[in-house]
Amino acid sequence: MKRRDFIQKTAASSALLGLANIGLSSFSTIETKKITILHTNDVHSHIDPFPADHPKNANMGGAARRAALIESIRKEESNVLLLDAGDIFQGTPYFNYYGGELEFKLMSMMQYDLATMGNHDFDNGIDGFYAQLPHAKFEFVSANYDFKNTILKDIVKPYKIFEKDGIKIGIFGLGVELDGLVDKKLYKETVYNNPIEVAQDMSRILKHDKKCDLVICLSHLGFSYKNEPYKVSDLELAKKTKDIDLIIGGHTHTFLDKPVVEKNSDNKDVVINQVGCYGINLGRIDFYLSNDKVYHNQTKNIIV
Amino acid sequence: MMVNVKKNTISFRYFVILLTFSFLFSCKTKEYYNYKIEGKKIGITNEKGENTQIENYVAPYREHIKKDLDSVLAFSPETLDKSKGKWQTTIGNLLAQVVFELGNPIFEKRESKTIDICLLNHGGIRSIIPKGDVTTRTAYEVMPFENALIIVGLKGSKIKELATYILTERKPHPLYGIKIFADKNALTVKNIEINGKAVEDDKIYYVATSDYLANGGDNMTFFKESTLKFDMDYKLRNMLIDYFKKMDTLPVITDEKIILE
Repeated sequence: MKRRDFIQKTAASSALLGLANIGLSSFSTIETKKITILHTNDVHSHIDPFPADHPKNANMGGAARRAALIESIRKEESNVLLLDAGDIFQGTPYFNYYGGELEFKLMSMMQYDLATMGNHDFDNGIDGFYAQLPHAKFEFVSANYDFKNTILKDIVKPYKIFEKDGIKIGIFGLGVELDGLVDKKLYKETVYNNPIEVAQDMSRILKHDKKCDLVICLSHLGFSYKNEPYKVSDLELAKKTKDIDLIIGGHTHTFLDKPVVEKNSDNKDVVINQVGCYGINLGRIDFYLSNDKVYHNQTKNIIV
Repeated sequence: MMVNVKKNTISFRYFVILLTFSFLFSCKTKEYYNYKIEGKKIGITNEKGENTQIENYVAPYREHIKKDLDSVLAFSPETLDKSKGKWQTTIGNLLAQVVFELGNPIFEKRESKTIDICLLNHGGIRSIIPKGDVTTRTAYEVMPFENALIIVGLKGSKIKELATYILTERKPHPLYGIKIFADKNALTVKNIEINGKAVEDDKIYYVATSDYLANGGDNMTFFKESTLKFDMDYKLRNMLIDYFKKMDTLPVITDEKIILE
């Protein structure tokens, strides 16, 4: 008898629950969500602001100011991801004296979520980078550096998926060709793979296999190379791939006035952004998402 | 029991019908579509103030570096400037001598060989050494790059290429241990002396330089082609700091390495 009671009650309540669900999910609630991406690149150990008498960047930058700005945005937005596109290391005596320890500690205090590796992050060798990792409370991703024969095996992964307010955000990393740029004795057995091919794989995995709502590429390839048109750059990457929503770039220290919009191989828009160097700027990209079907296959409204 | 199952089936069927209905009329799915993107660049200024936790955390690091960089290591009796001198400069002469003096004992110990000459690049000197106190900061300003010492083995015939390169470049590249005698009009090599002796074509000479130049930087192709290279794992800036530490007063070296006849 007790068992029969239980089954009846369960059936009734699940029916009710079902009804309630229908009520909630059908006509009444179209939900919109907002994801805020904040990003830096090529900070190059610039922890202190530029001095007041600096000819170009007087009073700009500085970790404590960056932290205050990020804090003020976090107070307004609940779904923030803070990213860095590489070359965290090298550029001031802070790096020469402490080997990147302070850079990682401060980024952890600012609650960075993820970064990719730039060529200068190898400046104290792959072992020097590894030695500082305990100070980083955030992870590194790189999809085209094959670390399987190095100390970074299984530590630096190709991608990471974040879930914010029910939205899945897949982020993968891409690094610049090391040969000719970094001494082999520093990067050791790191293998560089073609970024375009890797990106095509990554975007398919993240968008279709992992069902990410947003796909972001953290790139240290460089924005564009006018005099070397065959060199892989973020502009080339955007054109030759699909399913990437945002490319956050670095390496070329390009001060874009505003994010650039490029057409991908599916003729859809990709946003590319890079904010110069030395922690002078913070990039901000807000994604608005809705479960309203009217937006299916509709062109995104991009305001830059 | 049978009755119960039936009841369940009925209610379940009802539920499925409702669900189907709801899907037919629904204007949403489980999927989210990105319909709008806003993007901008925000300058990092003191508009939002400073995070005191970060500022306080950095302070002791900053103090330590400042104290260390500004501690006086030596004294320079004159300002050593790379822009003063056509074929050699006092700062270039000093740097080349430092690299020889501190590099040679390591090379002797590791490889049982002796450095013959030193060649660096004029462009690699990034600052003057001002008259007065010399600090670690001076070394960072003169050599901000992470270049390290490499010893390259070159045949006498390649040393001639090296000499021709210098005469063609017409730059006071830092030199030590070599004398290049050149025609003052044609600027062609007449004679080269290393260790006071004329250079022999087939003899190997060991040249101290930076990894940047050893890899062909500044078009020094004679270095790049050599397969005889020894990495000393010693940064040029650290050599300079170590030299400053052992000296009280820096020498002002004016002897000529390029002699026009």
